[in-house]
Amino acid sequence: MEKDRKVSNGQGRKGISRRGFIQLVGAGALATTVVGDLGKPLPAAAAEVAEKGEMVHVSLQVNGRRHRFKVEPRWSLLDVLREKLGLTGPKLGCGRGECGACTVLIDGRPRYACLTLVLEAEGKAITTIEGLLKGDELSPVQKAFWDNDAMQCGYCTPGQIMAAEGLLRVNPNPSIEEIRLGMSGNLCRCGSYAHIFKAVEQAAKLRRTI
Amino acid sequence: MTMPNFSYVRPKSLKETFSHLSAGNARIHAGGTDLLGCLRDGVFTAEKVVSISQLDELKRVERLKDGSIRIGALATVAELTNHELVKEGYPALAQAALEVASPQLRNQGTIGGNLCQKPRCWYYRGEFHCTRKGGTRCFAMAGENQYHCILGGRGCYIVHPSDIAPALVAYGASVEIAGAGETRKIPVEKLFVLPEQGITKETILEPGEVLTAVLLPPAEEGFHSSYRKVRARGSWDFALAGVALALHFHEGRVAGARIVLSGAAPIPWRCPDSEKIITGQSLDDDIIARAAAAAMRQARPMQHNEYKIELFKGLIAEELAAYKRS
Repeated sequence: MEKDRKVSNGQGRKGISRRGFIQLVGAGALATTVVGDLGKPLPAAAAEVAEKGEMVHVSLQVNGRRHRFKVEPRWSLLDVLREKLGLTGPKLGCGRGECGACTVLIDGRPRYACLTLVLEAEGKAITTIEGLLKGDELSPVQKAFWDNDAMQCGYCTPGQIMAAEGLLRVNPNPSIEEIRLGMSGNLCRCGSYAHIFKAVEQAAKLRRTI
Repeated sequence: MTMPNFSYVRPKSLKETFSHLSAGNARIHAGGTDLLGCLRDGVFTAEKVVSISQLDELKRVERLKDGSIRIGALATVAELTNHELVKEGYPALAQAALEVASPQLRNQGTIGGNLCQKPRCWYYRGEFHCTRKGGTRCFAMAGENQYHCILGGRGCYIVHPSDIAPALVAYGASVEIAGAGETRKIPVEKLFVLPEQGITKETILEPGEVLTAVLLPPAEEGFHSSYRKVRARGSWDFALAGVALALHFHEGRVAGARIVLSGAAPIPWRCPDSEKIITGQSLDDDIIARAAAAAMRQARPMQHNEYKIELFKGLIAEELAAYKRS
């Protein structure tokens, strides 16, 4: 984090940006000194522009803990989870919302972290597969994937498990058709689908007995 | 596949949004699923990304006093699949929403974004400077065109990628478009642009305008609707062929009909001839076959997509037949 602060100092900018200017004069002076393009004062609450390449603060709630980072506006949630937080459960697969390897829960719903800008995830509760563990104990979905041998290479597995977790949170007792639909955003190139569907069925049962 | 650089702002009001959009080459971020993919793939560039995701005023789904339904542009596709107001009165919309992409994308993608998404033609999405990107050639014409259009193409042969749009056209829905000036309300049917009307545009939205809401007319008695999509695989995919039907029955006969196709043309494609054939009739096998054939009369297939003609005829016939006993 300390490193970020250093490189962020003026990086990627020519001259003083609006944000840099605001930082210089202090936020208290904002309402009276900043003027818009038309020469009219902006409302004090107007949103700030994060300039190209500029490092800006973001506060994220991940697996029940709050973290503060400096990020570029173009970074994805997946970039930050992996590279800043070291949470390597979510994987980069296709990078275009087709494979599901990057699936995490955002406010309890499965979403693709590769297609979510990190700045868009601010203020939301993010859960990665690391957040499903209770100490060393596997969650019901993780245990069911283990028991059913629902993987071969394992690369897609964290995403599969998070999609299943998201499905079961809204539909604790899905039919096999609902499982297939709920898991349709996750590809497995090893073709472990039959075992994955069985695992989700078992996970639903396990969750009900806990 | 690196994300190019852009500046980013998340305005707190529509008014503020318009002022940011007035800057050159600003792009709107709603759910972001299509935008980020396009930026990463270099389909287009953005100097500034203006995220409207914080505008709660665009998230409401509500019934208005006149009985119509107003769906804020930021309502997610997932919400449409299970919202009571949608499921009750507009089943074709709920069905179409469930056919969109995957659970993850439905949780993120919005109804406004779904209507404004870019086409999926692999030449357009790939590194081809095609007519839609301002070039001089449509690479699909002599290329791999099995998923391209059979109707309405000229100089560009995309199909419109939305499942939701044909359902909305079938219902006679409108959209609200806001800009720095006046807000306008136009039928969804008039939102989309054929290649011959503007080859580099998909919608009539001008730079700086925001699609803010979808308005559905009140659901009436005797009104039946459905959406069916055929795709190459059971898991998530875009439509090879789809049909949205909104039929009004009176004493066993069709009193009014809208038949709208997805996967057929660069815009959601209405079939006025087929609608005329069934209107005033009771749906028997002969009428259904004539209506299905009429929908494809103008079709001009390319080398690899002729199969779509029989596919559409069968699909339309099957879907109409399902109403025989309504």
